[in-house]
Amino acid sequence: MGSPLQFPSAAAALDTIHKAIIFDEVSLCFEDLVLLDGVSFELKKGETKVMLGVAGSGKSTILKLCLGLLRPDSGHIYVLGHDVTTMKEEELFDLRSKVGIVFQESALFDSLNVRDNVAFRLMEEKLPEDEIEARVREALRFVELENAIDKLPSELSGGMRRRVGIARAIITHPEILLYDSPTGGLDPITSTTIIELIMKQRDVSKTSALLVSHRLQDGFMLASHYYDPVTNTMRPVDGRPMRDVRTSFMVLRDGKVIFDGTAHELAGIQDPYIKEYIS
Amino acid sequence: MELISPTDIAKRNVSSVQDYASLAWRALTNLFARPLYMADAIQQADSIGVGSLPIVVLTGMFTGMVLALNSSNTLERFGSLSLTGQLVAISMVRELGPVLTSLMVAGRNASGMASEIGSMRVTEQIDAMRALGTDPYKKLVTPRVISTVFMMFFLTILSDLVGLIGGYLISFLLLGLDTFQYWNTAYQSLTYNDVVTGLVKPIFFGFIIATVGCYYGMSTRGGTQGVGRATTQAVVAASVLILAVDVVLTQLMLSIK
Repeated sequence: MGSPLQFPSAAAALDTIHKAIIFDEVSLCFEDLVLLDGVSFELKKGETKVMLGVAGSGKSTILKLCLGLLRPDSGHIYVLGHDVTTMKEEELFDLRSKVGIVFQESALFDSLNVRDNVAFRLMEEKLPEDEIEARVREALRFVELENAIDKLPSELSGGMRRRVGIARAIITHPEILLYDSPTGGLDPITSTTIIELIMKQRDVSKTSALLVSHRLQDGFMLASHYYDPVTNTMRPVDGRPMRDVRTSFMVLRDGKVIFDGTAHELAGIQDPYIKEYIS
Repeated sequence: MELISPTDIAKRNVSSVQDYASLAWRALTNLFARPLYMADAIQQADSIGVGSLPIVVLTGMFTGMVLALNSSNTLERFGSLSLTGQLVAISMVRELGPVLTSLMVAGRNASGMASEIGSMRVTEQIDAMRALGTDPYKKLVTPRVISTVFMMFFLTILSDLVGLIGGYLISFLLLGLDTFQYWNTAYQSLTYNDVVTGLVKPIFFGFIIATVGCYYGMSTRGGTQGVGRATTQAVVAASVLILAVDVVLTQLMLSIK
């Protein structure tokens, strides 16, 4: 694991105790293309942040940077108190066990069945077989796919693959979850099912999450509903003051953060670009 | 069409060599790091070794046969037809056994590795593997290197043997040579250096096949079209590199005779 934070003087004010992720002036270019340009934001522990923006605005890049799958050209990224920009690949493997990710196209291992996909990390950690079996079934039960345990990814529908992706991400009970367009390319009913699962994870496990989406309605559904464990459905908040859904929004444009705030603030924004985007 | 400056091309090529060297180095150092994915290595050995048996046997057989036919034509002019076994043995063991086996295995497996790993790359499975805390170089590259080197060694021995049998069949059935004469001259002509040369080469060639295949797979970009490109490039690069390294190894082994 990477060394605990040793802040440079400029970053001394960063609060890594209560923050799951901190981006501090992060920039990244690929040849002549600027992917991120001085991006700074924070994700509080237990918070879900919905990242919106057109294709190519840098949303998915941010998720890969959080896991150290990409390295920024400048700036610092703190994940659970560790500066991932200075950590070696071997050190990142340990940190990644605390961060789950659901990829845009699920990225399931196509030669492994659902069980082995979900159990991949546990098998790598050489856990006992019965413990693996129990945890795989628990994760698959969470996404309501226990009956698909022996199927290959090619035998699953797009929505089912995303759900298996979610099961694989949550099996280690991570402290942070990263969702890369989890509803992209899915029909509205399946999309709602996926959002319900994300909401369930948020409200049951209190996991911090970064969610990339092209669909504004996904974000607003997360910000306006909560998961009811009694009925096993999502219910509208309807102004209940005790129901803090801890969901905020961030809008990216050309690699820059142009909005970071609550659903209420987003709805009342005067910026013409964002107004057009959310209309 | 956009023109690319020669400097950019040079930079890209140097960067590719650097990336390949880095992958080859990691594949080697991972041999001494835990975890060592032996189950994956055995699975790959089955796919590379057992799967390549038919093409290696056929290639070896036909090469031995054609060697006997061609050499007999020349040897007959000098009245030395009895030396056919010697010529087939030295050519097969020193050169054609290792090189042709490697080229066949490269055609079959370097392309397979490039397309398999390349497909994983473009569908984000490699990123998923890293995100799940597994080093793809340890999990995917090192087992392939271990199994290719190991199986190449034995496939070459098999190819040499089958080549000699092929040469014998032609010598016995078409040229009318005596069985004892063929095998005796073949055995007597082989020196320690010939055998060592023939067994050292497949180790290097196996390493080249696996690392080049994995390198092109790992550096695949651009969807399914990119996978196709990586597959072709892997076979071409592995084949050329095998022939180039063959020259160096042959000279090296001759110098320590």
